[in-house]
Amino acid sequence: MRLSPDQWIFWQRGFVKLNATIVFTWGLMLVLAVGSKLVTRKLSMDLQRSRWQSLLEIIVTGIEKQIKDVGLREPRKYLDFLGTLFLFVALASFCNIIPGYEPPTGSLSTTTALALCVFVAVPLFGIREQGLGGYLKSYAEPTLLMLPFNIISELSRTLALAVRLFGNMMSGAMIIAILLTITPFVFPIVMTALGLLTGMVQAYIFSILAAVYIAAATRSGKSKANTKSKTGAAPAPEPKPVTP
Amino acid sequence: MDSMTLVAVASIVTAGLTTGIGCMAPALGEGRSVATALTALAQQPDASSTITRTLFVGLAMIESTAIYCFVVSMILIFANPFWNHVIAQATKK
Repeated sequence: MRLSPDQWIFWQRGFVKLNATIVFTWGLMLVLAVGSKLVTRKLSMDLQRSRWQSLLEIIVTGIEKQIKDVGLREPRKYLDFLGTLFLFVALASFCNIIPGYEPPTGSLSTTTALALCVFVAVPLFGIREQGLGGYLKSYAEPTLLMLPFNIISELSRTLALAVRLFGNMMSGAMIIAILLTITPFVFPIVMTALGLLTGMVQAYIFSILAAVYIAAATRSGKSKANTKSKTGAAPAPEPKPVTP
Repeated sequence: MDSMTLVAVASIVTAGLTTGIGCMAPALGEGRSVATALTALAQQPDASSTITRTLFVGLAMIESTAIYCFVVSMILIFANPFWNHVIAQATKK
C-alpha cells in the first residue's frame, strides 16, 4: 500500500525522479493557469457575460469577502497569495473524482512546501505593513519574556499546517484503500464523497489560517487603542443597515 | 520472543492505542465546541457567519490533534524506522 503519491514513480534517471506528486502538481498548475487565462481573455463589463466569467467572479469575490471577514481590511493585497493557496488545495482535492488521480496534497512534501510559503509570506507581509522594526517588535509583544514562545509558535504552527493538510488528505485516500479491500462496491463511493467535503473544508481552513496569521502579523504592532476601538466599533455599524 | 517479533508487536499495539486513545479526547472537545456553537447560533442567528467561521477554524485546530495521532500510527505501521532498523540488522547477519 502506498502511503503517499511520492512512491508512485513515472520516470527516473539517476536521482532525478518524476513521481506522481510532481506530475499531478504540474497538471493542477496547468489547469489553473490555462483555465484562468482562457476565462480572463475576453472579460466583459456589460450585462452579457460568459458563464465562466461569472464563476470566476463568484470565486474571487467570495475569497475576497472571506479575507476581509478575517480582519484584513485591504483584501486585494493578499488576494493573490491566499486565493492561490485556496484554489490549489481545493482543486487538488476536488480532482479526486477523476479516476486514477491522487491528490498531491496527500504527500508531506507538497503540504510542507505550502506551509513554508505561509511561513515566509507572514513575515514578508508583516514587514511590508509595519516595517522591519515594528514587525520584529511584535515578537516581544506582551513582554520580552514571550520572545521564545512566539518563535516556537511560529515554527509549530507551520508544522501544524503541513501535517494537518497531509493527515487529512492521506487519511481520506487510506480509508478508501482499506474499504476497497473490505467492501468493494458502495462504501468507497460514500467515503469519496465525504473526502470531497473534507477536502473543501481543509482548503478553506488552510487559507483562513494563513489569513489569520497574516492578519496577526500585519496588525499586532499598530497602536493598541486603535485596534481596541476598531474591534469595539467594527461589529456595531454592520447591523445598522439591516434594521431600518 | 526475539527482538524482531517484539518490535512488530510493540509497533502494532502502539499504533492501535495511539489512534484509539488519541481520537477520544478530540472527539469530546469537538462535541463540546459544536454544542456550544449550536447554542450560540440559536441565540444569535445574525452572527451565524462569524460563528461558523470561528467554529470551523477551531474544529480544525482540535481535529489536528487527532490527525497527529493518526499520522503517528500510520508511520508506526507503514514507515516504521525501528522496524527498518531491525530488518537491516537481520539482513546484515
